[in-house]
Amino acid sequence: MLTYRAMSHDGITAKGLVREFKGAIRAVDGIELDVQRGEIYGFLGPNGAGKSTTVHMLTTLLPPTAGTATVAGFDVSTQGPEVRRRIGAALQEAALDNFLTGREHFELQGGLHGLAKAERGARAVELLERVGLTDAADRKVGGYSGGMKRRLDLALALVHRPSILFLDEPTTGLDPQSRSALWSEVARLAKDDGVTVFLTTQYLEEADVLADRVGIIDQGRIVAEGTPRELKEQVGRSSVEAIPANPDDRGAIEAVLSRFGEPAAASPKGVAVRLDGGSESLGQVVRALDAEGLEIAHLQLNAPSLDDVFLAKTGRSLEGAEEDRAEEVVA
Amino acid sequence: MSGHTLSVARAVARRSLLHAFTNPALLIPSIVFPLIFLVSFAGGLSAVRDVPGFRFHGNYTAFQFVFVFLQSAAFGGVFTGFGIAADFESGFARRMLLASPHRSGMLLGYAAAGVARWLVTAVMVTIASLLAGMTVYGDGVQLSGLVGVALLVNLTATLFGAGVSLRAKTLQAGPLMQIPIFIGLFLAPVYVPLNLLTGWINTVASYNPVTALMIAGRGFLSGEPDKSLVAFVCGAALVALMAAYALRGLRRVERGL
Amino acid sequence: MARETLHEVAMIANRSVRRTLRQPALIVPVVLFPLMLLAINASGLNVTKRIPNFPADSYLDFALVVTFMQGGLFAATTAGTELATDIETGFLNRLQLTPLRAPAILIGQLAGAMVVAFLSSLAYLLVGLAAGAQVKAGVGGAVVLIALAMLVALAFGALGAIIGARTGSAEAVQGMFPLLFVFFFLSSMNLPRNLIQAEWFRTIATWNPISYLVEGLRSLVITGWDGTALWRCLVTVVAISVVGFLGASSSLRTRMART
Repeated sequence: MLTYRAMSHDGITAKGLVREFKGAIRAVDGIELDVQRGEIYGFLGPNGAGKSTTVHMLTTLLPPTAGTATVAGFDVSTQGPEVRRRIGAALQEAALDNFLTGREHFELQGGLHGLAKAERGARAVELLERVGLTDAADRKVGGYSGGMKRRLDLALALVHRPSILFLDEPTTGLDPQSRSALWSEVARLAKDDGVTVFLTTQYLEEADVLADRVGIIDQGRIVAEGTPRELKEQVGRSSVEAIPANPDDRGAIEAVLSRFGEPAAASPKGVAVRLDGGSESLGQVVRALDAEGLEIAHLQLNAPSLDDVFLAKTGRSLEGAEEDRAEEVVA
Repeated sequence: MSGHTLSVARAVARRSLLHAFTNPALLIPSIVFPLIFLVSFAGGLSAVRDVPGFRFHGNYTAFQFVFVFLQSAAFGGVFTGFGIAADFESGFARRMLLASPHRSGMLLGYAAAGVARWLVTAVMVTIASLLAGMTVYGDGVQLSGLVGVALLVNLTATLFGAGVSLRAKTLQAGPLMQIPIFIGLFLAPVYVPLNLLTGWINTVASYNPVTALMIAGRGFLSGEPDKSLVAFVCGAALVALMAAYALRGLRRVERGL
Repeated sequence: MARETLHEVAMIANRSVRRTLRQPALIVPVVLFPLMLLAINASGLNVTKRIPNFPADSYLDFALVVTFMQGGLFAATTAGTELATDIETGFLNRLQLTPLRAPAILIGQLAGAMVVAFLSSLAYLLVGLAAGAQVKAGVGGAVVLIALAMLVALAFGALGAIIGARTGSAEAVQGMFPLLFVFFFLSSMNLPRNLIQAEWFRTIATWNPISYLVEGLRSLVITGWDGTALWRCLVTVVAISVVGFLGASSSLRTRMART
């Protein structure tokens, strides 16, 4: 787990951030943020929760209706150009030109960011290699797969070496392999290059695996915030359920499991306890059962998920929450 | 024709018409373009009527009205073709193919919708021309002949558009429908009678079946029928040819090609 | 700052030109379709030279510049469509996240339309000359003709950019085509104004700025150096350009609501 660096305003802050659209629709309704430099902050919520609107405000593409926000120490409302110099963004659409090649995109974006010609070329080579697009660099983007476009989008966001990176649902629509590759790159950016990453996602696993801290947003407000573990522990610890191979061993299994936590609800044939040591103590449970010579037909670990957190905070499951809200309105 | 085919045709036609008449973006161009041609040619080129040798019993507005009437019929067919292509692109055509027991009814339905759409344009163009002072010397039967010729043009264009759409299955094939129709119309005596066309265009127009349709149409309007039989034979042949083209396209779709 | 703006314009223009040249479907119809119409009309309306006081030796000479005007019309839809596509795909957001200034986007985007206008104008002129047309103003006149045609494309491109920026929809830009089409036809495109018999049409054509564009370009082909026709054409194209640029800049500024 990453430890936080000292408090700094070089990250992202927001106080009472609001964005209202026509018809008094409050897409973002008073967001408070304090993202530290070098942190990967996951912004998790269903469709229409206000994630993209928040990102658009923080990247200066949309002025806030109320509240303040700073990115890399600069106010998003009054110091837009300064903010833009220090951020990179890969937004929801890959936003690429199908008639330009990958390398030509670097030429354009690098040139617009003021990079000299030689530096643009070198940066293109470096970043294309990093995202595995060297071979496709001189092909028109129209022929790229979805995963390739996403990788190019991420690479382009880094061309001017930003200190803060905004990723708006970067893995939506990607196959598992591409998703995993993108996660690796994001983690490397934060760990090795010290880039602050603000990542919006509707995928529980993505927030769980990648983020140092997660903010769960629903209907324009943050309903929970913390590390993934902290959030899950708020709704309960992991439990383990064992179904004996021999029903006569039930009592003995119960005695072994009771050493690891208090009883929990189980299926009719099984025995379950809530683990005092969390999911990390599963290995000890298995070894203890084995030491007693007890055969287990089925062993299951039930860990609370971020969806359980969302359910606890909103009364709805994350998957079901998207039906309750109309699509985000982002200008 | 079986009852099933007709019921499929009715359903497709109803849906196609509803789509066309509730979408201004679809309806307005099909009315506006013919009116633009009418105003521009009849208004802007009327001096051409006084060129020696201009043989036509009627004023220049009437002369141009026939071209515009047929042009609106042709482009009405093309717009129906666009609708079919859009249905394929959106996947709706697949839904109709699955639901229709007799798929040739679909073609019939599209064709019927095309005619109905065109009739609206035809009425607008006719009213505009009458207001502009178009001379009408044909009697009821002759004017019906004019409408008949236009119907043949509309059916030809609709079936042609259908054939292209069934093969391409995308709106990007739009130019493939528009350009041949456009060329076919304009390689005919659009501005002046055939006898005043000079050079290569006279030769081409003489062999263009649209010329016969145009001459017949003008004959009906002016009360001096000319080339009527040739026109109807050409028109019927074109409809038959395009019907075969469209039906083959439908069979290709059914075979998954 | 001026140097930076020029650099930005150059980058966007480079992209615009590159992507335009990579889309034959944008260029080929622009070149072929007007030439096809020219061939049909030059032959089909050749009898008009028998009308008393018809100002040209052949209808080909008279109608040649209509192709340049049609090229300008295509430029309008191309420029507007490209800008709308950038908005639809989110590419404009990508550009907004750089230090790029809004005017640079507009000017750069129009560069692609201008390239198409140049290539197509050259094609129209060469084909016209091969078919027997004569430019009475000579070689200099032909150069001015192409330059004016590019200015016309720029002016119409700016108008197309207004629609593109305002709507963010390529479909809406295509839908504007009939409107420009109307203006084209209600002008002295097909006959000189003094020979238009229908008074109402002649009045509309007299008020229609397209007539002055057509007449200015046409004067180089059928008359020679007609100062009056040329300055009217220039004033008209500049006025349309100014209106187009102001409108497009305003629409783009609204669209790019970045802080």
